[in-house]
Amino acid sequence: MTLLKFVGKTCGFVGYVFQYACVTHCTFEYLGDFVMCSGPSMEPTLESNNILFTEHLSPRMQRLRRGDIVIAKSPSNPRQNICKRVTALPGDKVRGQFPRRSQVVPRGHVWLEGDNTSNSSDSRVYGPVPIGLVRSRVVCRVWPLDKISSLTEY
Amino acid sequence: MFLKNMFKSMFFGIPVGLTFLDTFGYVARVEGISMQPVLNPEARDTDYVFLSRWAVRDYNVKRGDVVSLVSPKDPNQKIIKRVVGLQGDVVSTLGYKNQYVKIPEGHCWVEGDHTGHTLDSNTFGPVSLGLLNAKAVAIVWPPSRWQQLEAKLPQHRRPISIANRH
Repeated sequence: MTLLKFVGKTCGFVGYVFQYACVTHCTFEYLGDFVMCSGPSMEPTLESNNILFTEHLSPRMQRLRRGDIVIAKSPSNPRQNICKRVTALPGDKVRGQFPRRSQVVPRGHVWLEGDNTSNSSDSRVYGPVPIGLVRSRVVCRVWPLDKISSLTEY
Repeated sequence: MFLKNMFKSMFFGIPVGLTFLDTFGYVARVEGISMQPVLNPEARDTDYVFLSRWAVRDYNVKRGDVVSLVSPKDPNQKIIKRVVGLQGDVVSTLGYKNQYVKIPEGHCWVEGDHTGHTLDSNTFGPVSLGLLNAKAVAIVWPPSRWQQLEAKLPQHRRPISIANRH
């Protein structure tokens, strides 16, 4: 009888863990999550090992604006995420680095550039990025604690 | 009490369902004629396919797989195509700006089976694997069309050179 009770309790506990895991998954997938960024490409705005709070609603609803900092999947490696600033929207004219000529950002794409112009591999290298790769928009920095700040421009 | 119970079951039920659909897969309706004759062989009846999210969790696709991906031109739209080439392959294109294209790292070349009536890589070029959404595994509706979708590539659409997997 005790064994039965024990099994029942365990199942109940596992069920609870499962339910909360699903709630967590949905929150992180559809509402917002925390991202740790690394690399020099967004200096001086962001430095390595800053933790950012990002929201997933505006990329889903196509509400990206020029100046937003976004997290996107890297076009050349889907397992890697990149953190860049949107500098041009579809229809805008931009100047690439290689080939060095101006081009128009095609429909459904955005132009991403790092703030650290000299040390950033971004759209100037791999061209416009499909909006489908953009995962989230950075809202604020939450770590380190003395540098908590909002990173949106409006 | 009733309201509280209902709220509680919704609070847990909806995320559990969404997580299941996100992780394992879901059934979707195929629209359009771009994958004829495999899908929607006659324009008036539409097929429903099971899209497996689990199969693409590591972005591993094979040449010939039918996959669904987010359209590079319109992020709200999902398209269903067949993978023709993977990174490093050289494909001979049909009406793209270059006759031969070497597929860059992390990209793939997708085409519809219904050549000439499909908007695919021959229009927008290689697509990033990050846009991959799911792999179509089987036709589940109507029952008379029930069948698995196998990976096959017509002889003339094979890539010209196939990259070695490292």
